[in-house]
Amino acid sequence: MTQSKANSLGVVEPRRYQHNSEFWLQNGEQLHEYELVFETYGTLNADKSNAILICHALSGHHHAAGFHALDDAKPGWWDACIGPGKCIDTDQFFVLSLNNLGGCHGSTGPNSIDPNTGEIFGPSFPNVVVKDWVASQAHLADHLGIKKFVAVVGGSLGGMQAMQWSIDFPERVYAAVLIASAAKLSAQNIAFNEIARQAITTDEDYCSGNYQQFDKNPEKGLMLARMVGHVTYLSEDGMKTKFGRDVKSGNFAQGADVEFQVESYLHYQGRAFTQYFDANTYLLMTRALDYFDPAREFDGDLTRALEQTTTKFLVLSFSTDWRFSPERSQEIVDALIRARKNVASAIIESEHGHDSFLLPINRYTKILSAFLQRSYAELEDISRSSQTTQGDLS
Amino acid sequence: MRGDLELIAGLINPGARVLDLGCGEGELLNHLQRDKRVNGYGLDRDAENIRTCVSKGVNVIEQDLDQGLDNFAKDSFDMVVMTDALQAVKEPRQLVRDMLRVGEECIVTFPNFAHWRCRAQLALKGVMPVSEQLPHSWFDTPNIHLCTFADFEQLCKTESINIIQRRVVDANHQEKAFINWAPNFFGTYAFYRLGKSACS
Repeated sequence: MTQSKANSLGVVEPRRYQHNSEFWLQNGEQLHEYELVFETYGTLNADKSNAILICHALSGHHHAAGFHALDDAKPGWWDACIGPGKCIDTDQFFVLSLNNLGGCHGSTGPNSIDPNTGEIFGPSFPNVVVKDWVASQAHLADHLGIKKFVAVVGGSLGGMQAMQWSIDFPERVYAAVLIASAAKLSAQNIAFNEIARQAITTDEDYCSGNYQQFDKNPEKGLMLARMVGHVTYLSEDGMKTKFGRDVKSGNFAQGADVEFQVESYLHYQGRAFTQYFDANTYLLMTRALDYFDPAREFDGDLTRALEQTTTKFLVLSFSTDWRFSPERSQEIVDALIRARKNVASAIIESEHGHDSFLLPINRYTKILSAFLQRSYAELEDISRSSQTTQGDLS
Repeated sequence: MRGDLELIAGLINPGARVLDLGCGEGELLNHLQRDKRVNGYGLDRDAENIRTCVSKGVNVIEQDLDQGLDNFAKDSFDMVVMTDALQAVKEPRQLVRDMLRVGEECIVTFPNFAHWRCRAQLALKGVMPVSEQLPHSWFDTPNIHLCTFADFEQLCKTESINIIQRRVVDANHQEKAFINWAPNFFGTYAFYRLGKSACS
Protein backbone atom coordinates (compact mmCIF):
# COMPACT_ATOMS: atom_id res chain seq x y z
CA MET A 1 0.00 0.00 0.00
CA THR A 2 1.18 3.48 -0.71
CA GLN A 3 1.54 6.09 1.99
CA SER A 4 -1.80 7.72 1.16
CA LYS A 5 -3.50 4.41 1.80
CA ALA A 6 -2.37 4.17 5.41
CA ASN A 7 -5.31 4.55 7.82
CA SER A 8 -7.54 4.08 4.85
CA LEU A 9 -10.71 2.08 4.58
CA GLY A 10 -9.11 0.27 1.67
CA VAL A 11 -11.38 -0.80 -1.13
CA VAL A 12 -15.01 0.21 -0.71
CA GLU A 13 -17.93 -0.69 -2.88
CA PRO A 14 -20.89 1.44 -3.87
CA ARG A 15 -24.35 0.04 -3.19
CA ARG A 16 -27.72 1.00 -4.59
CA TYR A 17 -31.06 1.83 -3.04
CA GLN A 18 -34.15 1.53 -5.20
CA HIS A 19 -37.14 3.59 -4.11
CA ASN A 20 -40.01 1.89 -5.86
CA SER A 21 -42.87 4.19 -5.07
CA GLU A 22 -43.67 7.64 -6.31
CA PHE A 23 -41.78 10.51 -4.80
CA TRP A 24 -43.34 13.95 -4.77
CA LEU A 25 -40.99 16.87 -5.16
CA GLN A 26 -41.29 20.33 -3.66
CA ASN A 27 -42.10 21.82 -7.06
CA GLY A 28 -45.19 19.61 -7.35
CA GLU A 29 -43.71 17.20 -9.86
CA GLN A 30 -43.19 13.55 -9.07
CA LEU A 31 -40.73 10.82 -9.83
CA HIS A 32 -42.30 7.38 -10.26
CA GLU A 33 -39.27 5.86 -8.67
CA TYR A 34 -35.69 6.74 -8.01
CA GLU A 35 -32.39 5.15 -7.26
CA LEU A 36 -29.61 6.39 -4.98
CA VAL A 37 -26.06 5.16 -5.09
CA PHE A 38 -24.35 5.14 -1.72
CA GLU A 39 -21.39 3.86 0.24
CA THR A 40 -21.06 2.97 3.88
CA TYR A 41 -17.96 2.81 6.02
CA GLY A 42 -17.61 1.14 9.40
CA THR A 43 -20.13 -1.14 11.04
CA LEU A 44 -23.69 -0.35 12.05
CA ASN A 45 -24.08 -1.45 15.67
CA ALA A 46 -26.85 -3.70 16.92
CA ASP A 47 -29.25 -0.92 17.91
CA LYS A 48 -28.33 1.11 14.82
CA SER A 49 -27.42 4.08 16.91
CA ASN A 50 -23.94 4.92 15.61
CA ALA A 51 -24.76 6.25 12.15
CA ILE A 52 -23.43 9.47 10.67
CA LEU A 53 -24.75 10.84 7.39
CA ILE A 54 -22.39 12.75 5.11
CA CYS A 55 -24.06 15.18 2.70
CA HIS A 56 -22.04 16.20 -0.30
CA ALA A 57 -21.48 19.63 -1.79
CA LEU A 58 -21.98 20.98 -5.31
CA SER A 59 -19.73 18.62 -7.22
CA GLY A 60 -19.50 15.83 -4.67
CA HIS A 61 -20.83 12.30 -4.75
CA HIS A 62 -21.19 9.11 -2.76
CA HIS A 63 -17.52 8.15 -2.89
CA ALA A 64 -16.34 10.05 0.18
CA ALA A 65 -13.64 7.71 1.47
CA GLY A 66 -11.54 4.69 0.64
CA PHE A 67 -10.67 3.49 -2.84
CA HIS A 68 -12.74 1.85 -5.53
CA ALA A 69 -9.73 -0.14 -6.68
CA LEU A 70 -6.33 -0.67 -5.12
CA ASP A 71 -4.64 1.11 -8.00
CA ASP A 72 -6.88 4.20 -7.78
CA ALA A 73 -4.74 7.31 -7.80
CA LYS A 74 -7.00 9.15 -5.39
CA PRO A 75 -9.27 8.14 -2.53
CA GLY A 76 -12.82 9.47 -1.95
CA TRP A 77 -13.29 13.24 -1.65
CA TRP A 78 -13.28 13.37 2.16
CA ASP A 79 -10.87 10.54 2.87
CA ALA A 80 -8.80 13.01 4.89
CA CYS A 81 -11.53 13.00 7.55
CA ILE A 82 -13.29 9.66 7.21
CA GLY A 83 -11.59 6.39 8.11
CA PRO A 84 -10.26 4.30 10.97
CA GLY A 85 -8.88 6.61 13.65
CA LYS A 86 -9.71 9.73 11.63
CA CYS A 87 -11.94 12.51 12.91
CA ILE A 88 -15.05 10.79 11.55
CA ASP A 89 -13.85 7.54 13.00
CA THR A 90 -15.10 4.45 11.20
CA ASP A 91 -13.90 2.26 14.07
CA GLN A 92 -16.69 3.83 16.04
CA PHE A 93 -19.24 5.18 13.59
CA PHE A 94 -21.19 3.80 10.69
CA VAL A 95 -20.80 6.42 8.01
CA LEU A 96 -23.28 6.77 5.18
CA SER A 97 -22.52 8.80 2.08
CA LEU A 98 -24.67 9.02 -1.02
CA ASN A 99 -24.95 10.69 -4.38
CA ASN A 100 -27.89 13.06 -4.27
CA LEU A 101 -30.94 12.85 -6.43
CA GLY A 102 -30.24 14.69 -9.66
CA GLY A 103 -26.57 13.79 -9.42
CA CYS A 104 -24.45 12.30 -12.18
CA HIS A 105 -22.57 9.59 -10.35
CA GLY A 106 -25.15 6.85 -10.41
CA SER A 107 -28.21 8.22 -8.61
CA THR A 108 -31.31 9.07 -10.60
CA GLY A 109 -30.66 12.30 -12.41
CA PRO A 110 -30.68 14.03 -15.77
CA ASN A 111 -28.73 11.12 -17.31
CA SER A 112 -31.27 8.52 -16.22
CA ILE A 113 -34.06 7.19 -18.39
CA ASP A 114 -37.41 8.86 -17.86
CA PRO A 115 -39.86 5.93 -17.51
CA ASN A 116 -42.59 8.11 -19.03
CA THR A 117 -40.79 8.53 -22.32
CA GLY A 118 -38.18 5.83 -22.39
CA GLU A 119 -35.71 8.58 -23.22
CA ILE A 120 -33.02 10.23 -21.14
CA PHE A 121 -34.39 12.96 -18.83
CA GLY A 122 -31.81 15.51 -19.87
CA PRO A 123 -32.98 19.07 -19.21
CA SER A 124 -36.50 17.85 -18.35
CA PHE A 125 -35.31 16.29 -15.10
CA PRO A 126 -37.33 18.09 -12.44
CA ASN A 127 -35.74 20.80 -10.36
CA VAL A 128 -34.91 19.29 -7.02
CA VAL A 129 -34.21 21.36 -3.94
CA VAL A 130 -32.39 20.69 -0.67
CA LYS A 131 -35.65 19.64 1.01
CA ASP A 132 -36.16 16.95 -1.65
CA TRP A 133 -32.67 15.63 -1.07
CA VAL A 134 -33.29 15.40 2.65
CA ALA A 135 -36.59 13.58 2.09
CA SER A 136 -34.91 11.09 -0.24
CA GLN A 137 -32.03 10.61 2.20
CA ALA A 138 -34.60 9.87 4.92
CA HIS A 139 -36.00 7.06 2.74
CA LEU A 140 -32.50 5.68 2.38
CA ALA A 141 -32.07 5.84 6.17
CA ASP A 142 -35.38 3.96 6.59
CA HIS A 143 -34.13 1.34 4.17
CA LEU A 144 -31.00 0.86 6.29
CA GLY A 145 -33.05 0.79 9.49
CA ILE A 146 -31.50 3.98 10.85
CA LYS A 147 -34.07 5.84 12.95
CA LYS A 148 -31.75 8.51 14.23
CA PHE A 149 -28.35 9.75 13.14
CA VAL A 150 -25.75 10.67 15.71
CA ALA A 151 -24.96 13.46 13.29
CA VAL A 152 -25.63 14.75 9.82
CA VAL A 153 -22.47 16.38 8.56
CA GLY A 154 -21.89 18.52 5.50
CA GLY A 155 -19.75 21.26 4.06
CA SER A 156 -21.07 24.07 1.87
CA LEU A 157 -24.21 22.78 0.09
CA GLY A 158 -23.84 19.72 2.33
CA GLY A 159 -24.19 21.94 5.39
CA MET A 160 -27.45 23.23 3.98
CA GLN A 161 -28.74 19.66 3.84
CA ALA A 162 -27.67 19.10 7.45
CA MET A 163 -29.58 22.24 8.45
CA GLN A 164 -32.66 21.13 6.50
CA TRP A 165 -32.50 17.75 8.25
CA SER A 166 -32.59 19.50 11.61
CA ILE A 167 -35.69 21.41 10.53
CA ASP A 168 -37.58 18.61 8.75
CA PHE A 169 -36.58 15.63 10.90
CA PRO A 170 -35.29 16.98 14.22
CA GLU A 171 -36.14 13.70 15.96
CA ARG A 172 -33.88 11.85 13.55
CA VAL A 173 -30.77 14.01 13.90
CA TYR A 174 -29.10 14.29 17.28
CA ALA A 175 -26.46 16.69 16.01
CA ALA A 176 -25.83 18.66 12.84
CA VAL A 177 -22.44 19.84 11.68
CA LEU A 178 -22.61 22.79 9.29
CA ILE A 179 -19.22 23.48 7.76
CA ALA A 180 -18.44 26.51 5.59
CA SER A 181 -22.12 26.84 4.89
CA ALA A 182 -24.88 29.46 4.90
CA ALA A 183 -28.58 29.78 5.67
CA LYS A 184 -28.99 31.27 2.21
CA LEU A 185 -26.69 32.42 -0.53
CA SER A 186 -25.69 36.05 -0.86
CA ALA A 187 -26.35 37.96 -4.07
CA GLN A 188 -22.64 37.71 -4.89
CA ASN A 189 -22.75 33.97 -4.46
CA ILE A 190 -25.81 33.60 -6.71
CA ALA A 191 -24.02 35.81 -9.22
CA PHE A 192 -21.09 33.40 -9.42
CA ASN A 193 -23.48 30.52 -9.93
CA GLU A 194 -25.22 32.40 -12.71
CA ILE A 195 -21.92 33.02 -14.48
CA ALA A 196 -21.28 29.29 -14.32
CA ARG A 197 -24.76 28.53 -15.66
CA GLN A 198 -24.41 31.03 -18.47
CA ALA A 199 -21.07 29.54 -19.44
CA ILE A 200 -22.77 26.17 -19.84
CA THR A 201 -26.05 27.17 -21.42
CA THR A 202 -24.46 29.49 -24.00
CA ASP A 203 -22.01 26.81 -25.11
CA GLU A 204 -23.19 25.80 -28.59
CA ASP A 205 -22.74 22.16 -27.65
CA TYR A 206 -25.28 22.54 -24.86
CA CYS A 207 -28.10 22.12 -27.39
CA SER A 208 -30.75 23.38 -24.96
CA GLY A 209 -29.71 20.65 -22.58
CA ASN A 210 -30.20 17.83 -25.08
CA TYR A 211 -26.50 17.50 -25.81
CA GLN A 212 -26.55 13.75 -25.32
CA GLN A 213 -29.07 13.26 -28.10
CA PHE A 214 -26.59 14.92 -30.42
CA ASP A 215 -23.65 13.07 -28.92
CA LYS A 216 -22.15 16.30 -27.67
CA ASN A 217 -20.98 17.71 -24.34
CA PRO A 218 -20.76 21.43 -23.56
CA GLU A 219 -17.16 21.04 -22.49
CA LYS A 220 -16.11 24.64 -22.99
CA GLY A 221 -18.96 25.85 -20.81
CA LEU A 222 -18.46 23.25 -18.11
CA MET A 223 -14.75 23.99 -18.04
CA LEU A 224 -15.33 27.70 -17.71
CA ALA A 225 -17.93 27.12 -14.99
CA ARG A 226 -15.50 24.99 -13.05
CA MET A 227 -12.67 27.48 -13.48
CA VAL A 228 -14.78 30.30 -12.05
CA GLY A 229 -15.78 27.99 -9.25
CA HIS A 230 -12.21 27.12 -8.40
CA VAL A 231 -11.15 30.75 -8.23
CA THR A 232 -13.90 31.41 -5.70
CA TYR A 233 -13.02 28.34 -3.65
CA LEU A 234 -9.48 29.60 -3.05
CA SER A 235 -8.32 32.72 -1.29
CA GLU A 236 -6.00 35.32 -2.75
CA ASP A 237 -3.27 34.42 -0.26
CA GLY A 238 -3.86 30.73 -0.84
CA MET A 239 -3.40 31.17 -4.58
CA LYS A 240 -0.29 33.22 -3.97
CA THR A 241 1.21 30.46 -1.84
CA LYS A 242 0.13 27.68 -4.14
CA PHE A 243 1.01 29.25 -7.50
CA GLY A 244 2.52 32.69 -7.03
CA ARG A 245 3.55 33.91 -10.47
CA ASP A 246 5.33 30.68 -11.25
CA VAL A 247 5.51 29.85 -14.89
CA LYS A 248 4.57 26.40 -16.08
CA SER A 249 5.84 26.71 -19.63
CA GLY A 250 7.30 29.28 -22.01
CA ASN A 251 9.44 32.19 -20.89
CA PHE A 252 9.11 35.93 -20.81
CA ALA A 253 12.22 36.51 -22.94
CA GLN A 254 10.50 34.98 -25.92
CA GLY A 255 7.52 37.11 -25.08
CA ALA A 256 4.81 34.65 -25.95
CA ASP A 257 3.23 31.37 -24.96
CA VAL A 258 3.80 31.89 -21.28
CA GLU A 259 1.53 29.75 -19.19
CA PHE A 260 1.38 30.55 -15.50
CA GLN A 261 0.98 27.72 -13.01
CA VAL A 262 -2.37 29.10 -11.95
CA GLU A 263 -3.61 28.98 -15.54
CA SER A 264 -2.37 25.46 -15.94
CA TYR A 265 -4.13 24.45 -12.71
CA LEU A 266 -7.43 25.96 -13.79
CA HIS A 267 -7.20 24.42 -17.25
CA TYR A 268 -6.44 21.03 -15.78
CA GLN A 269 -9.23 21.20 -13.19
CA GLY A 270 -11.69 22.54 -15.74
CA ARG A 271 -10.87 19.92 -18.34
CA ALA A 272 -10.96 17.07 -15.84
CA PHE A 273 -14.37 18.26 -14.65
CA THR A 274 -15.87 17.92 -18.13
CA GLN A 275 -14.96 14.23 -18.06
CA TYR A 276 -16.75 13.34 -14.85
CA PHE A 277 -19.50 15.88 -14.36
CA ASP A 278 -22.74 16.38 -16.21
CA ALA A 279 -23.78 19.83 -17.34
CA ASN A 280 -27.47 19.43 -16.49
CA THR A 281 -26.57 18.19 -13.01
CA TYR A 282 -24.34 21.21 -12.55
CA LEU A 283 -27.23 23.51 -13.42
CA LEU A 284 -29.54 21.62 -11.07
CA MET A 285 -27.08 21.66 -8.17
CA THR A 286 -26.34 25.38 -8.49
CA ARG A 287 -30.06 26.15 -8.57
CA ALA A 288 -30.60 24.07 -5.44
CA LEU A 289 -27.89 26.16 -3.82
CA ASP A 290 -29.47 29.43 -4.95
CA TYR A 291 -32.99 28.50 -3.86
CA PHE A 292 -32.06 27.24 -0.41
CA ASP A 293 -33.53 29.54 2.22
CA PRO A 294 -35.39 27.74 5.01
CA ALA A 295 -36.40 31.12 6.45
CA ARG A 296 -38.49 31.88 3.36
CA GLU A 297 -41.48 30.01 4.79
CA PHE A 298 -41.16 32.04 7.99
CA ASP A 299 -41.24 35.58 6.63
CA GLY A 300 -37.48 35.51 6.28
CA ASP A 301 -37.01 34.83 9.98
CA LEU A 302 -34.37 32.11 10.35
CA THR A 303 -34.90 31.99 14.11
CA ARG A 304 -38.49 30.91 13.60
CA ALA A 305 -37.41 28.37 10.99
CA LEU A 306 -35.15 26.79 13.61
CA GLU A 307 -37.53 27.12 16.55
CA GLN A 308 -38.90 23.56 16.38
CA THR A 309 -35.59 21.78 16.06
CA THR A 310 -34.16 19.74 18.91
CA THR A 311 -30.88 19.08 17.14
CA LYS A 312 -27.63 20.42 18.55
CA PHE A 313 -25.26 22.18 16.20
CA LEU A 314 -21.62 22.68 15.44
CA VAL A 315 -21.05 25.54 13.00
CA LEU A 316 -17.57 25.81 11.50
CA SER A 317 -16.15 28.34 9.08
CA PHE A 318 -12.73 29.27 7.71
CA SER A 319 -10.99 32.59 8.05
CA THR A 320 -10.21 33.11 4.35
CA ASP A 321 -13.38 31.60 2.90
CA TRP A 322 -15.07 34.41 1.02
CA ARG A 323 -17.52 32.24 -0.90
CA PHE A 324 -19.13 31.04 2.36
CA SER A 325 -17.61 33.50 4.75
CA PRO A 326 -17.50 33.26 8.56
CA GLU A 327 -20.18 36.00 8.60
CA ARG A 328 -22.65 33.62 6.90
CA SER A 329 -21.92 31.03 9.58
CA GLN A 330 -22.34 33.69 12.27
CA GLU A 331 -25.85 34.40 10.94
CA ILE A 332 -26.74 30.77 11.54
CA VAL A 333 -25.19 30.85 15.01
CA ASP A 334 -27.03 34.06 15.95
CA ALA A 335 -30.35 32.61 14.82
CA LEU A 336 -29.72 29.40 16.78
CA ILE A 337 -28.91 31.37 19.92
CA ARG A 338 -32.06 33.46 19.51
CA ALA A 339 -34.00 30.21 19.12
CA ARG A 340 -32.29 28.95 22.31
CA LYS A 341 -30.72 25.95 20.61
CA ASN A 342 -27.54 24.20 21.59
CA VAL A 343 -24.76 25.40 19.35
CA ALA A 344 -21.00 25.67 19.30
CA SER A 345 -19.00 27.51 16.69
CA ALA A 346 -15.42 27.99 15.60
CA ILE A 347 -13.67 29.99 12.93
CA ILE A 348 -10.73 27.95 11.72
CA GLU A 349 -7.60 29.80 10.66
CA SER A 350 -6.70 28.62 7.17
CA GLU A 351 -5.38 30.18 3.99
CA HIS A 352 -7.17 27.72 1.72
CA GLY A 353 -10.47 29.58 1.37
CA HIS A 354 -13.65 27.58 0.85
CA ASP A 355 -11.63 24.48 -0.09
CA SER A 356 -10.46 24.32 3.53
CA PHE A 357 -13.44 22.23 4.48
CA LEU A 358 -12.02 19.30 2.51
CA LEU A 359 -8.59 19.48 4.14
CA PRO A 360 -7.34 17.80 7.31
CA ILE A 361 -6.53 21.04 9.14
CA ASN A 362 -5.46 20.12 12.65
CA ARG A 363 -7.73 22.42 14.63
CA TYR A 364 -10.68 21.62 12.37
CA THR A 365 -10.39 17.86 12.64
CA LYS A 366 -9.83 18.04 16.40
CA ILE A 367 -12.96 20.07 17.07
CA LEU A 368 -15.05 17.97 14.68
CA SER A 369 -13.85 14.81 16.38
CA ALA A 370 -14.51 16.25 19.87
CA PHE A 371 -18.04 17.26 18.86
CA LEU A 372 -18.90 13.88 17.34
CA GLN A 373 -17.49 11.98 20.33
CA ARG A 374 -19.43 14.19 22.73
CA SER A 375 -22.65 13.92 20.73
CA TYR A 376 -22.36 10.15 20.59
CA ALA A 377 -21.76 9.94 24.35
CA GLU A 378 -24.76 12.20 25.04
CA LEU A 379 -26.99 10.20 22.74
CA GLU A 380 -25.92 6.94 24.40
CA ASP A 381 -26.65 8.50 27.80
CA ILE A 382 -30.10 9.53 26.69
CA SER A 383 -30.97 6.12 25.29
CA ARG A 384 -29.60 4.41 28.40
CA SER A 385 -31.68 6.57 30.70
CA SER A 386 -34.80 6.16 28.57
CA GLN A 387 -34.30 2.39 28.64
CA THR A 388 -34.06 2.55 32.42
CA THR A 389 -37.25 4.59 32.58
CA GLN A 390 -39.07 2.17 30.33
CA GLY A 391 -37.77 -0.70 32.45
CA ASP A 392 -39.11 0.99 35.57
CA LEU A 393 -42.53 1.36 34.04
CA SER A 394 -42.89 -2.20 32.81
CA MET B 1 -15.23 24.76 41.05
CA ARG B 2 -13.22 27.95 41.42
CA GLY B 3 -14.45 30.00 44.37
CA ASP B 4 -15.56 33.01 42.31
CA LEU B 5 -17.48 30.79 39.91
CA GLU B 6 -19.29 29.14 42.79
CA LEU B 7 -20.29 32.56 44.03
CA ILE B 8 -21.64 33.41 40.59
CA ALA B 9 -23.41 30.09 40.14
CA GLY B 10 -25.26 30.77 43.38
CA LEU B 11 -26.82 33.89 41.86
CA ILE B 12 -28.17 32.23 38.75
CA ASN B 13 -31.69 30.87 38.71
CA PRO B 14 -32.53 27.46 37.27
CA GLY B 15 -33.46 27.66 33.61
CA ALA B 16 -31.98 31.15 33.23
CA ARG B 17 -30.46 32.41 30.01
CA VAL B 18 -26.78 33.03 30.61
CA LEU B 19 -24.03 34.54 28.49
CA ASP B 20 -20.46 34.04 29.72
CA LEU B 21 -17.92 36.40 28.14
CA GLY B 22 -14.49 34.81 27.98
CA CYS B 23 -15.83 31.47 29.17
CA GLY B 24 -12.43 29.71 29.11
CA GLU B 25 -12.82 25.98 29.48
CA GLY B 26 -16.51 26.35 30.21
CA GLU B 27 -16.32 25.46 33.89
CA LEU B 28 -19.15 27.76 34.95
CA LEU B 29 -21.47 26.93 32.06
CA ASN B 30 -20.83 23.21 32.35
CA HIS B 31 -21.87 23.39 35.99
CA LEU B 32 -24.89 25.57 35.25
CA GLN B 33 -26.06 23.44 32.32
CA ARG B 34 -25.87 20.31 34.43
CA ASP B 35 -27.16 21.53 37.77
CA LYS B 36 -29.48 24.35 36.81
CA ARG B 37 -30.51 23.47 33.27
CA VAL B 38 -29.66 26.97 32.12
CA ASN B 39 -29.68 27.94 28.46
CA GLY B 40 -26.10 29.15 28.44
CA TYR B 41 -23.60 30.31 25.85
CA GLY B 42 -19.96 31.16 26.28
CA LEU B 43 -17.86 33.41 24.09
CA ASP B 44 -14.17 32.71 23.70
CA ARG B 45 -11.52 32.95 21.04
CA ASP B 46 -8.88 30.52 22.25
CA ALA B 47 -8.77 27.40 20.06
CA GLU B 48 -7.90 25.03 22.89
CA ASN B 49 -10.57 26.47 25.19
CA ILE B 50 -13.16 26.12 22.44
CA ARG B 51 -12.26 22.51 21.81
CA THR B 52 -12.41 21.77 25.53
CA CYS B 53 -15.86 23.36 25.76
CA VAL B 54 -17.08 21.35 22.78
CA SER B 55 -15.82 18.13 24.33
CA LYS B 56 -17.76 18.99 27.50
CA GLY B 57 -20.91 19.80 25.58
CA VAL B 58 -20.76 23.49 26.48
CA ASN B 59 -22.28 25.92 23.96
CA VAL B 60 -19.19 27.89 23.05
CA ILE B 61 -19.18 30.53 20.32
CA GLU B 62 -15.94 31.74 18.82
CA GLN B 63 -16.23 35.48 19.21
CA ASP B 64 -13.76 38.21 20.06
CA LEU B 65 -15.06 40.41 22.88
CA ASP B 66 -13.41 43.40 21.21
CA GLN B 67 -15.96 43.12 18.42
CA GLY B 68 -18.69 43.92 20.90
CA LEU B 69 -22.01 42.19 21.40
CA ASP B 70 -23.94 43.71 18.50
CA ASN B 71 -25.13 40.30 17.38
CA PHE B 72 -27.14 39.87 20.58
CA ALA B 73 -30.52 41.48 21.00
CA LYS B 74 -31.49 43.75 23.88
CA ASP B 75 -32.48 41.83 27.02
CA SER B 76 -31.83 38.46 25.44
CA PHE B 77 -30.17 37.07 28.57
CA ASP B 78 -31.05 37.00 32.25
CA MET B 79 -27.42 37.18 33.28
CA VAL B 80 -24.28 38.19 31.44
CA VAL B 81 -21.09 37.14 33.20
CA MET B 82 -17.52 38.26 32.62
CA THR B 83 -14.85 36.94 34.93
CA ASP B 84 -11.37 38.31 34.86
CA ALA B 85 -11.54 39.71 31.33
CA LEU B 86 -12.56 43.35 31.80
CA GLN B 87 -8.94 44.47 32.02
CA ALA B 88 -8.00 42.71 28.79
CA VAL B 89 -10.57 44.17 26.40
CA LYS B 90 -10.09 47.16 24.14
CA GLU B 91 -13.16 49.09 25.23
CA PRO B 92 -14.21 48.03 28.70
CA ARG B 93 -16.71 50.87 29.12
CA GLN B 94 -18.52 50.03 25.89
CA LEU B 95 -18.48 46.34 26.76
CA VAL B 96 -20.06 46.92 30.17
CA ARG B 97 -22.72 49.07 28.48
CA ASP B 98 -23.29 46.26 25.98
CA MET B 99 -23.50 43.66 28.74
CA LEU B 100 -26.27 45.63 30.40
CA ARG B 101 -28.06 46.12 27.08
CA VAL B 102 -27.99 42.39 26.33
CA GLY B 103 -28.64 41.16 29.87
CA GLU B 104 -31.08 41.97 32.62
CA GLU B 105 -28.19 41.87 35.04
CA CYS B 106 -24.52 41.24 34.82
CA ILE B 107 -21.64 40.08 36.91
CA VAL B 108 -18.16 41.46 36.40
CA THR B 109 -15.06 40.31 38.26
CA PHE B 110 -11.56 41.74 37.91
CA PRO B 111 -8.29 42.05 39.83
CA ASN B 112 -7.66 45.17 41.90
CA PHE B 113 -4.74 47.25 40.68
CA ALA B 114 -4.79 49.15 43.96
CA HIS B 115 -4.12 46.07 46.09
CA TRP B 116 -1.40 46.92 48.59
CA ARG B 117 1.12 44.63 46.92
CA CYS B 118 0.65 46.46 43.63
CA ARG B 119 0.89 49.79 45.37
CA ALA B 120 4.05 48.70 47.17
CA GLN B 121 5.81 47.58 44.00
CA LEU B 122 5.05 50.83 42.28
CA ALA B 123 5.70 53.09 45.28
CA LEU B 124 8.74 51.41 46.79
CA LYS B 125 10.43 49.68 43.89
CA GLY B 126 9.22 51.97 41.16
CA VAL B 127 8.29 49.09 38.88
CA MET B 128 5.06 48.00 37.26
CA PRO B 129 3.36 45.54 39.59
CA VAL B 130 3.64 41.84 38.83
CA SER B 131 1.68 39.42 40.98
CA GLU B 132 0.07 36.03 40.93
CA GLN B 133 -3.10 37.58 39.54
CA LEU B 134 -1.25 39.85 37.13
CA PRO B 135 1.72 37.72 36.19
CA HIS B 136 2.75 39.52 33.01
CA SER B 137 5.51 42.04 32.44
CA TRP B 138 4.49 45.45 31.18
CA PHE B 139 5.61 44.69 27.64
CA ASP B 140 3.71 41.49 27.07
CA THR B 141 0.64 41.85 29.24
CA PRO B 142 -2.79 41.25 27.73
CA ASN B 143 -4.14 43.45 30.52
CA ILE B 144 -4.39 46.81 28.82
CA HIS B 145 -7.09 48.40 30.97
CA LEU B 146 -6.23 47.65 34.56
CA CYS B 147 -8.29 49.49 37.10
CA THR B 148 -8.99 49.70 40.79
CA PHE B 149 -12.26 49.14 42.60
CA ALA B 150 -12.52 52.90 43.05
CA ASP B 151 -12.05 53.44 39.31
CA PHE B 152 -14.70 50.90 38.45
CA GLU B 153 -17.21 52.34 40.87
CA GLN B 154 -16.56 55.79 39.45
CA LEU B 155 -17.36 54.38 36.00
CA CYS B 156 -20.59 52.88 37.30
CA LYS B 157 -21.51 56.24 38.75
CA THR B 158 -20.95 58.17 35.53
CA GLU B 159 -22.74 55.51 33.53
CA SER B 160 -25.64 55.40 36.03
CA ILE B 161 -25.08 51.68 36.47
CA ASN B 162 -26.75 50.20 39.50
CA ILE B 163 -24.33 48.22 41.68
CA ILE B 164 -26.62 45.61 43.21
CA GLN B 165 -23.92 43.84 45.12
CA ARG B 166 -20.18 43.96 45.62
CA ARG B 167 -18.03 41.30 47.15
CA VAL B 168 -14.31 41.68 47.62
CA VAL B 169 -12.12 38.63 48.09
CA ASP B 170 -8.52 37.62 48.58
CA ALA B 171 -6.29 35.75 46.16
CA ASN B 172 -8.04 32.48 47.05
CA HIS B 173 -11.44 33.97 46.35
CA GLN B 174 -12.23 33.99 50.06
CA GLU B 175 -14.02 36.81 51.84
CA LYS B 176 -12.13 38.01 54.94
CA ALA B 177 -13.31 40.50 57.54
CA PHE B 178 -10.17 42.63 57.34
CA ILE B 179 -10.60 43.15 53.60
CA ASN B 180 -13.76 45.10 54.18
CA TRP B 181 -11.92 47.62 56.40
CA ALA B 182 -10.29 48.92 53.23
CA PRO B 183 -11.37 46.86 50.23
CA ASN B 184 -9.48 48.92 47.66
CA PHE B 185 -6.29 48.28 49.65
CA PHE B 186 -6.68 44.68 50.82
CA GLY B 187 -8.96 43.20 48.18
CA THR B 188 -7.41 41.13 45.39
CA TYR B 189 -10.50 40.48 43.32
CA ALA B 190 -13.85 42.18 43.24
CA PHE B 191 -17.08 40.77 42.13
CA TYR B 192 -19.75 43.25 41.05
CA ARG B 193 -23.34 42.39 40.35
CA LEU B 194 -24.73 45.13 38.17
CA GLY B 195 -28.19 46.12 37.09
CA LYS B 196 -29.61 48.65 34.70
CA SER B 197 -30.07 52.05 36.21
CA ALA B 198 -33.58 53.07 37.10
CA CYS B 199 -33.57 55.77 34.43
CA SER B 200 -32.28 53.65 31.53
